[in-house]
Amino acid sequence: MTDKKTLMIDGKEVEFTDEPNLLEVIRHAGLNVPTFCYRPDLTQFGACRMCVVEVEYPNGRTMINSSCTMPPECGINVKLNTQRVRRIRKTVLELLLANHDKECLTCEKSGSCELQKYSEEYGIKKIRYPEKPIEEYLPIDDSSPSIVRDPNKCILCGACVRACTEFQGHSVLGFANRGSKTVIQPMAGKPLGQVDCVNCGQCAAVCPTGALTIKTCIDDVWSEINNPEKKTVVQIAPSVRVALGEMFGLKPGENTIGKIYAALRRIGFDFIYDTNFGADMTILEEAHEFVERLTKGENLPLFTSCCPAWVKYLEDQHPDMLSHLSTCSSPMSMQSPVMGKLVPEKLGCTRDDISVIAIMPCTAKKFEIIRSEHSRDGHQDTDHVLTTQELGRMIRAAGIDFDKLEPEQPDSPYAEYTGAGTIFGASGGVAEAAVRTAYKYATGEELKDMDIKELRGTTNRSKSVQLDIKGTKVIVRVVSTLKEAEKAIKEIKDGTANFQMLEVMACPGGCINGGGQPLSYDNSNIKCERAQGLYKEDKELAERRSHDNKSLQKLYDEYLECPGSHKAHELLHTTYIDRFQYSYKNMNQ
Amino acid sequence: MSVESPQKIDTSKLDKIMAEYNYDKSNLIAILQKVQEEFKYLPENAMTYIGTKMEGLSPATVYGVATFYAQFSLEPKGKYEMKCCDGTACHVRGSMPVLNAVKARLKLKDGQMTTDDGLFSVETVSCLGACGLAPVVVINGKVYPQMTSDAVKIVLDTILSEGN
Amino acid sequence: MATLKIDIKQEQLKAQEEVKKQGLRVLVCCGTGCMANGSPEVIKKFEALGANVTTLGQYEKMTIVPTGCHGFCEQGVLVLIPQTHTVYVKVKPEDVEEIFESHIKGGKPVERLLYTDPKTNQKVQRSEDINFYAKQTRTALANCGHINAENIDEAIAVRGYEALANILAQNDPDAVIKEILDSGLRGRGGGGFPTGRKWQFTAANRGGKSYVVCNGDEGDPGAFMDRSVMEGDPHKLLEGIAIAAFAIGADEAYIYVRAEYPLAIKRLRRAIKDAEERHFLGEHIMGTDFNLTIHIKEGAGAFVCGEETALMASIEGERGMPRPKPPFPANKGLFGRPTLINNVETLANVPVIMLKGAKWFSSMGTETSKGTKTFALTGEVKNTGLIEVPMGTTLREIVFDIGGGIRNGKKFKAVQIGGPSGGCLTEEHLDLPMDYENLTKAGAMVGSGGLVVMAEDTCIVEVARFFMNFTQHESCGKCVPCREGTKQLLKILQKIVAGKGEMSDIDKLEELAHAVKDGSLCGLGKTAPNPVLSTLKYFKDEYIAHIRDKKCPAGVCTAMKKVVIQPDLCKGCTKCARTCPVGAISGTVKQPHVIDQSKCIKCEACLKGCPFKAIVLE
Ligand SMILES: Cc1cc2nc3c(=O)[nH]c(=O)nc-3n(C[C@H](O)[C@H](O)[C@H](O)COP(=O)(O)O)c2cc1C
Ligand code: SF4
Ligand code: SF4
Ligand code: SF4
Ligand code: SF4
Ligand code: SF4
Ligand code: SF4
Ligand code: SF4
Ligand code: SF4
Ligand code: FES
Ligand code: FES
Ligand code: FES
Ligand code: FES
Repeated sequence: MTDKKTLMIDGKEVEFTDEPNLLEVIRHAGLNVPTFCYRPDLTQFGACRMCVVEVEYPNGRTMINSSCTMPPECGINVKLNTQRVRRIRKTVLELLLANHDKECLTCEKSGSCELQKYSEEYGIKKIRYPEKPIEEYLPIDDSSPSIVRDPNKCILCGACVRACTEFQGHSVLGFANRGSKTVIQPMAGKPLGQVDCVNCGQCAAVCPTGALTIKTCIDDVWSEINNPEKKTVVQIAPSVRVALGEMFGLKPGENTIGKIYAALRRIGFDFIYDTNFGADMTILEEAHEFVERLTKGENLPLFTSCCPAWVKYLEDQHPDMLSHLSTCSSPMSMQSPVMGKLVPEKLGCTRDDISVIAIMPCTAKKFEIIRSEHSRDGHQDTDHVLTTQELGRMIRAAGIDFDKLEPEQPDSPYAEYTGAGTIFGASGGVAEAAVRTAYKYATGEELKDMDIKELRGTTNRSKSVQLDIKGTKVIVRVVSTLKEAEKAIKEIKDGTANFQMLEVMACPGGCINGGGQPLSYDNSNIKCERAQGLYKEDKELAERRSHDNKSLQKLYDEYLECPGSHKAHELLHTTYIDRFQYSYKNMNQ
Repeated sequence: MSVESPQKIDTSKLDKIMAEYNYDKSNLIAILQKVQEEFKYLPENAMTYIGTKMEGLSPATVYGVATFYAQFSLEPKGKYEMKCCDGTACHVRGSMPVLNAVKARLKLKDGQMTTDDGLFSVETVSCLGACGLAPVVVINGKVYPQMTSDAVKIVLDTILSEGN
Repeated sequence: MATLKIDIKQEQLKAQEEVKKQGLRVLVCCGTGCMANGSPEVIKKFEALGANVTTLGQYEKMTIVPTGCHGFCEQGVLVLIPQTHTVYVKVKPEDVEEIFESHIKGGKPVERLLYTDPKTNQKVQRSEDINFYAKQTRTALANCGHINAENIDEAIAVRGYEALANILAQNDPDAVIKEILDSGLRGRGGGGFPTGRKWQFTAANRGGKSYVVCNGDEGDPGAFMDRSVMEGDPHKLLEGIAIAAFAIGADEAYIYVRAEYPLAIKRLRRAIKDAEERHFLGEHIMGTDFNLTIHIKEGAGAFVCGEETALMASIEGERGMPRPKPPFPANKGLFGRPTLINNVETLANVPVIMLKGAKWFSSMGTETSKGTKTFALTGEVKNTGLIEVPMGTTLREIVFDIGGGIRNGKKFKAVQIGGPSGGCLTEEHLDLPMDYENLTKAGAMVGSGGLVVMAEDTCIVEVARFFMNFTQHESCGKCVPCREGTKQLLKILQKIVAGKGEMSDIDKLEELAHAVKDGSLCGLGKTAPNPVLSTLKYFKDEYIAHIRDKKCPAGVCTAMKKVVIQPDLCKGCTKCARTCPVGAISGTVKQPHVIDQSKCIKCEACLKGCPFKAIVLE
């Protein structure tokens, strides 16, 4: 037995174990101090100084330090709210606000902005320092399809830079200049839309202010809904159902899909479908493709292609490896053209008369829908992508009391789904779903134990499992974050890779932690809870293999023929381009 | 494509410099110093190229390093690089009048660093370690001690008249 | 005990023989200051003369020895002839022939080139008799100016690498640490942390890879002691680093030198190469199992990189943004490994301590601060330069004895000590023994040892603004209190200096200064408000004069000056009215003119042009 480790917080004894810093000890004790730059999944930075506390050592010496960077020590007394530390926090707020474009009323982040929240909590009434003159304001960058960057609201907490570097590994955003001239920007201040940003939105997800926000299309969607000439067709991605509830006070991981269907109907969407259906479709196509490549020994390992951030990354950084990418479109981009084709047929109208809308955990999907590969006959396959956050705001705006809604059913037929479709939202889920079906395709038999535990979990960003498909050994590797993907690519290039399938999701933990999900600055456990919500649903569903999806079988029978058919290719598969060639990084153009 | 390349550069020179430093990211500052020596400044494309070629870096990170350190210039410097010390020792012995005289003589506007003809670039630095000779001005590495506004004008006149 | 393959005593004798062969040594200072004043030309002249000399009195030949800085740069070029204890100052190339003919050949010193004591107006021949030197005790700087920094033999001849040899022979790293602990040596980089303790902490992590880092960034504007050591006695620094590395169990070291010191970089590179050739560095040092590779890393112009964590970030090739502590470098430093980081002067003290013993070292200084400290004495004193005195020396001794008092008969006002992190001390502190504790108590800091003397005509508020401008400019921008706080502090000071201050600004300054001090991440921000706080403490009346009376008591702040025409002197010649670029002057011919103060931009053009000196600055 080791001795209990304890310290004091404001005179009260508190136990601690392996917390990486004082702040976590404080939070575990049910207390809190304000933070801007601390993000539990990123390295500690210690820049904002909001989390400062006064630490008193047993020998009477006191010091002020940032609790987010200080390792806990036995015997110290941590004071959270002394005059000195409160003065620092207030000064920090006042100094930041003097340099800030305080346009809360029209700010995208208003309501979830930490600067706004703490200014209110600390009672900042007056900013006693001269404010930044208008000439020093920098232009807003809205060149990206996913993210809007407003440097005038940036407090230089560096969270976005760390997210982009530590998750995605290629530092699209960086610090530039020094001192009070410091800014956060892409290379040499280029527009975000012109550099190799993959649109994952992780930077915006950690940004405490309105400096990085999701580019919203709420107004466009409202106009479509309110347009009497148009029918709106909507689909909801797997991971939305276990996260949206958080915006209405429900527990993370609670599956609210029935309420979501109800809310969508209340808002005024005409046809409510589910991307899980598309996910099952993706599995049929991708499992087929995988078995085919395995048999032919071609283009292995196969890379999954449902994450648009990952796809763009490969196109930008490794165009020589595009042949590994599955040609399958993402679930959304399979389902949209199917709906876009078959719904007008059923209604007896044209594609012009409907609007296809997708609700996604993902900011990169806003980019995916404008790719020319996902347009046909002059129409984008998907007209608009709303993120979970945007949907939450629409529900609020519509005056819907979400947690009181009675669950409802979606419309038929593009909403039926299996457990395989639902686990798509978590890192490892695509691979697990694919294996369930590929096993059937390869052997003609059903996989007995459908739970592939080795591929689950959101904290381990690199997982793999070896499967025995009737004597053939197949290794499936699952990574989340592009930094991990890069390592896997390196193995392939070095010739040390031993896997035949690589599932990549750009967001740490997968789409359940996508850049468009409800904000959760402080809680790194939320993504696990969301994932568990998906695995719970998988367990509870009657059908857990994509090829057992009855509506999908019917769609193939009546229209698509069979996985890999010509028709399926036309509608459900896609192509990729070498983006490096057109990039500012290409010195030979 | 909408992204224009600011300047074509000879990438083989950059390859050579990076190879000399083993493409090691911890040598980035030394690499940038070499590049600046080669081009007299850091062309944007050179930073992009280095950020693309070296593991663990990105163009934005290279740019971030380049703009952090005062020694790096993103614009071509003048033929004569002039550093006017405004360290403590020089300041209390009158470095500001010297700097003002320099600016006036070279017709530099506020915030302008390089003369219109590209002949001189002038920057202030904090201490050149020759405080005993304060105030000090350095032109292309040569130290001019105990400057006054008149003395510095003579120095500049001499350089200008020596023909360039 | 380990046996060495090198007998250092033998090497010393050989080296001394080599030095003896030089004959008459003529030392010509080649520190940056003297180089700027023309020492290369002086050397050329000497060499041209010396080449064919056969008779030189008792010497067979003479050798011109380029040395590092003597500390008395203002008097450069310095030429020393140690055999006759002569120092020549302000030597020009055209003086060389006379020195040669009269002194070297004729044995008669050249009177006119000797130093003149500013107090007595007497010529002084021997350096020991020059007040500037007489009151100093040179330990870290002992060899600076006396040896050729580019000749390893000269270093060996004065016991270079002897301490290292002894330590390696003894092979007891803990004993080395104990000696340093006992000596009471404290960090000379500013913080004054006990060096032995720091070594102990780092040594506790012995076993894996660890590093020694020598901090030669010396960013403090107005200080150049580290530069002198690196340029004038690089081998002493290398030996200190080697001893430190042996003590903590490191096999790799970095010297981080600021980019503004190209000569130091060149000499260190040369010294490392020479030492490696002699097996004093590199693999199997002196035949033992101790290996040490020393790298030079050049800074690129950022004051904050003197801060240890920023410095390590910079060595790693990143933006020099400080990292929060803990973890301390001793546990997690360079490349995440345990790292010992010490200042140049700290390490330069190490070999002497190991040679002469902890007792000897701790016999100098005060109760808490042992040994000597170098100061860069600049500003309004007669003798500016680099000095080294025992800890505990008073300001009075430094300013009035060594410095020779204030220039041009002005009155002493204050000294700013410790650079931008330090503070101002006044008359009342003149007899304070200077050590770490006393200075901190008085609101200043030893810092790197920049000591700027200010006279009655220095505006204290302007000085506070100057330092704030410096720190604000050099803030890395990472943390809010420093990045934004120094900006606002500077704005307030600028406002006061411009004559637009309000009385409430004083409280605002004080409150913000405390928040910045308490809240900042690294030492830069934590100390940046010191100049403001200490001047507010000792010179509040000057602030009030600027704010309330719109007057600069020192007459420095131009915004508060008025250009006025004295009616009784004005002859009405109209010249000024025609000169004024903004048309601020009006008047009729032969009548006294007047200046419209609301229009005047204080360009002083009229003042300079008035043939009757009727225009004055008030
Ligand atoms: C802003 C700042 C600048 C510093 N600059 C220097 C410097 O130029 N040289 C130096 O040796 N130490 C400097 N230091 C102190 C170093 O961080 C560090 O404490 C020192 O190098 C440790 O060596 P020492 O214990 O031998 O003094 C600076 C500290 C701060 C906060
Ligand atoms: S970023 Fe926050 S504080 Fe700033 S305008 Fe937006 S909501 Fe308001
Ligand atoms: S909080 Fe005040 S300022 Fe803001 S919208 Fe409401 S009334 Fe207006
Ligand atoms: S969206 Fe993703 S890739 Fe783009 S800047 Fe943000 S974190 Fe980096
Ligand atoms: S953009 Fe947001 S996350 Fe990035 S540094 Fe600025 S405030 Fe922080
Ligand atoms: S992991 Fe999911 S949410 Fe994140 S970028 Fe990829 S598809 Fe979008
Ligand atoms: S105190 Fe200043 S220099 Fe230090 S980390 Fe903060 S901003 Fe940077
Ligand atoms: S130049 Fe002198 S004398 Fe002549 S008008 Fe002006 S002030 Fe009077
Ligand atoms: S100082 Fe300059 S602006 Fe003022 S009156 Fe004289 S000439 Fe005119
Ligand atoms: S410094 Fe701790 S949260 Fe920013
Ligand atoms: S794209 Fe549908 S689950 Fe991620
Ligand atoms: S202050 Fe100018 S050289 Fe040191
Ligand atoms: S450089 Fe010669 S005395 Fe300092």
